[in-house]
Order: sequence, then structure tokens, then C-alpha cells
Amino acid sequence: MTNSTVRTTPTPPLDGADPAPTTSSSPVLVKGAVQQPETGEPHAARRELTASSPGRDIALVSTFAALVAVCALLPAITVGNGLVPITLQTFAVLLTGAVLGWRRAGLAILLYLAVGTAGVPIFSNGRSGPGVFAGPSTGYLVAFPLAAMLAGVLVSRIRASVTRVRRTGLTFLGCFAASLVTIHPLGILGLMWRADLSFTEAVVTDAVFLPGDIVKCLAVAVVATAVVRAFPALSAPKR
Amino acid sequence: MSERRRRPSRPPWSGPLGLYSPHATWLHALSPGDKLGAVAAASIALTFVHDPRLAVGALTVSLLVLASARVPARATVRALAPIMIAAVGIGLYQWWSQGWEMAVVTSGTLATLVVLATVVTATTRTDRMLDALVRLAGPLRRIGLDPEVLALAVALMLRTIPALIELVGEVRDAARARGLDRDPRALLVPFALRTVARAQATGDALTARGILD
Repeated sequence: MTNSTVRTTPTPPLDGADPAPTTSSSPVLVKGAVQQPETGEPHAARRELTASSPGRDIALVSTFAALVAVCALLPAITVGNGLVPITLQTFAVLLTGAVLGWRRAGLAILLYLAVGTAGVPIFSNGRSGPGVFAGPSTGYLVAFPLAAMLAGVLVSRIRASVTRVRRTGLTFLGCFAASLVTIHPLGILGLMWRADLSFTEAVVTDAVFLPGDIVKCLAVAVVATAVVRAFPALSAPKR
Repeated sequence: MSERRRRPSRPPWSGPLGLYSPHATWLHALSPGDKLGAVAAASIALTFVHDPRLAVGALTVSLLVLASARVPARATVRALAPIMIAAVGIGLYQWWSQGWEMAVVTSGTLATLVVLATVVTATTRTDRMLDALVRLAGPLRRIGLDPEVLALAVALMLRTIPALIELVGEVRDAARARGLDRDPRALLVPFALRTVARAQATGDALTARGILD
């Protein structure tokens, strides 16, 4: 990691139970990430972060579980000229994996599934409760933690020294592989089991999601790369 | 940007209220664990016994149970409609491809389980359900997961959802101000970065208070 050049800035005062977004640093982060300065470090915004402390881990796990919930609740956004409507749920799942690493990502997705199963309406279309696991999309839900964990494993293997473009490309490949290996097979199995489709029918049904998947994995790659650049220690291997 | 719609300011998110409706029926009195266990048992039975009569019987019973839970009709219909339409669609397809018995079994089972799960949701307060969840997680202590940490994580997550929804609105307004509200990168990247920043602020606050020591 490139931590050696990073300066620690003092943590801003926090208001405990309801920590507001850190307004002092966010604009800098946002600007730096979107306009991407090619040289030099984005200065004050970077904070040295220990890769793992219990408080941070819990906060990251809960926040990303909430992120998945929010992305499932938001109406689908349309990209380009409205040709490709995509819901952001798989995006959030794979982003969690790519950003948090397999352990915390798996816990975050399991937390999301557990809270949704307990009845908080955070599954897509505002559904909740154990009923979703009886529905035809059960395979996709079961695959989410596995997909996030696999994406975490693959993305954390990318060396810290690679260029931004390479990192984006490799992250895309890792996320797409994770989705192909977990979400699609389990989704197909779920369709065969709960909708009693034949294998071929289930594959055809599932294939509809593939183009959107590619778009989502690209988005994950771009966003995860920006996050890793802004918070380098976040995905640093823990030891 | 010739045509710019003026949206009314977003109504604040109403929170995770769900479908729960307070009444004093026998279903409300059952413990969450028992109800979940019953749904699981029904799910296993219906999955392994493929019999159209059983499916129809189970659907009838589940609808009677739903009626006895005194759930609000309109909200229930709204919650059930999408999956019921899907069940009918799947049933029609199965009828065409594999005959009516299979169609009845498939859509009957699906509808039954969804109705039963809706009953659980409608008759169990979310906090009691979450308590049950934390209790169920007790044995996880063996593998190093403290149930109280789980409870903290659940509480943090529920608090974070409305905050992130607010954040989405802020990020969207910021992108729109720069004329970039059609650019997914100008929406997703700042959203993700501010989400992580928020998580770290929360983590620092937890650490500063020694909550997890």
C-alpha cells in the first residue's frame, strides 16, 4: 500500500449516536475522486486508517448492510438514454465485497439478509420476511453473501502498486467472475426449485440479467477503485 | 437542460414500519420463534410433498390464518399483489408446459408460503423479531460472535438506512448542480465515498466511547 506518504490528520469531532457525514472532508474527497488528479496525493482528505479495529469493522459492516438495503429500495436508475434500467442491489453487494474484503463483506450481506428476514422491509420492492426465501428469487438472495465474499477474495489479490486503469479492469474481472460463479448458478437453481422451470428455461430467464450485470460490474470497478484510492488502508490486508 | 422538472422536496422516509398491524389475536400472542418455525415446517413439507390437493388445502388454510390475523386489507393486498401475479404467471406457464397438476402445486406452494410469511410479518413487532434474531444468534458466541455486537450492528444499520437515503438526495442535488445528473459516475462515486467516510466516523465514535472494549 502507499501508506508511507500518507499523513494522519486529526479525527474531526464526532457526535456519537448520530454521526453526520464528515462535511469537512467529504467535498475534498468527492472532488478528488471525480476529477482524478493524476499525480500527487489528494492531500488533507486522506486519513491513515488502521485496517481493522472492532469499532470500525462494526461500523463498516452495518453501513454497508444499510447500503445494500438502500440500493434495493431505490427505484431503478436508468443509464444512457434510458435503455438499460438497472437496480443497484447487485451493484451494492459486489461493491461491498470489493471494498470491505471477504470477511466483513460476508458479514455485511448476512446482516442485511438477517434483518430483512426478521421483517424490516428492505428487500427489493419493499418486501420483507422469510417469504422472499420461498419465492423464485431465493437463489439470488442466497448467492449474495457468497458473491460478495468471492469478489472480496479476488479484488484483495490485486496488488496495491497497479495503475488506476489496471485496477479498474482487474476489479471488473473479479466482480464479474464472482457474479458468474455464484449469483447466476444459484439464481438458476432457485428458479428451477421454486418456479419449477427446466434447466434450459431457467438459464434463458437468468440470461436476461447478464447485460445489466456487465454494466453493474463496470460501475463497481470504477467506484471501488475510487474508494480504494481515497481510503487506501480500507482494503489493506489485515495482519 | 432545457426542460427541468421542479420536484417537490422529498418527503422524509417513513422508516421501517413494514406491515405490522397491532391487534390482539392468537397469532400476535405466539412467539416470533414459534411462528418462524411453523413457516419453516410448512415450507419443508410443501417442498417435498408434491400433491395438488395438499397445495390447495395449504393455500386455503393459509388464507384462513391470514383472515384471522385481522390484517389491514389494503396494505396486505399491496404487499401480496406482485408475488401473487408472479405465482399466477408461473402457474399458467407450468400448465402449458407440464400440465395442471404441476401448475397447481407450484403456484399453490408459492402463494401459501408467501401468505404465511406475510402473516408472520403482520403479526410480529419488528423489535420483537429482532430480539428473537439476537437470541437465536446466542450459539454463535462459540465462533466468536457476541449477540450484543449483533444487536449493536442491527441498530446501527437501521439508523444508517434513512441517513443514506438522505445522502442519495444530497449527492443527486450536487450532481444536478454541476449538470451531471445523468452521469452515473458523478452519482455513484461521491455516494460511495461519503458512505465510507460516514462509516469511519461512526467507527471512530464507537472506538472513542470504548463501546466494543
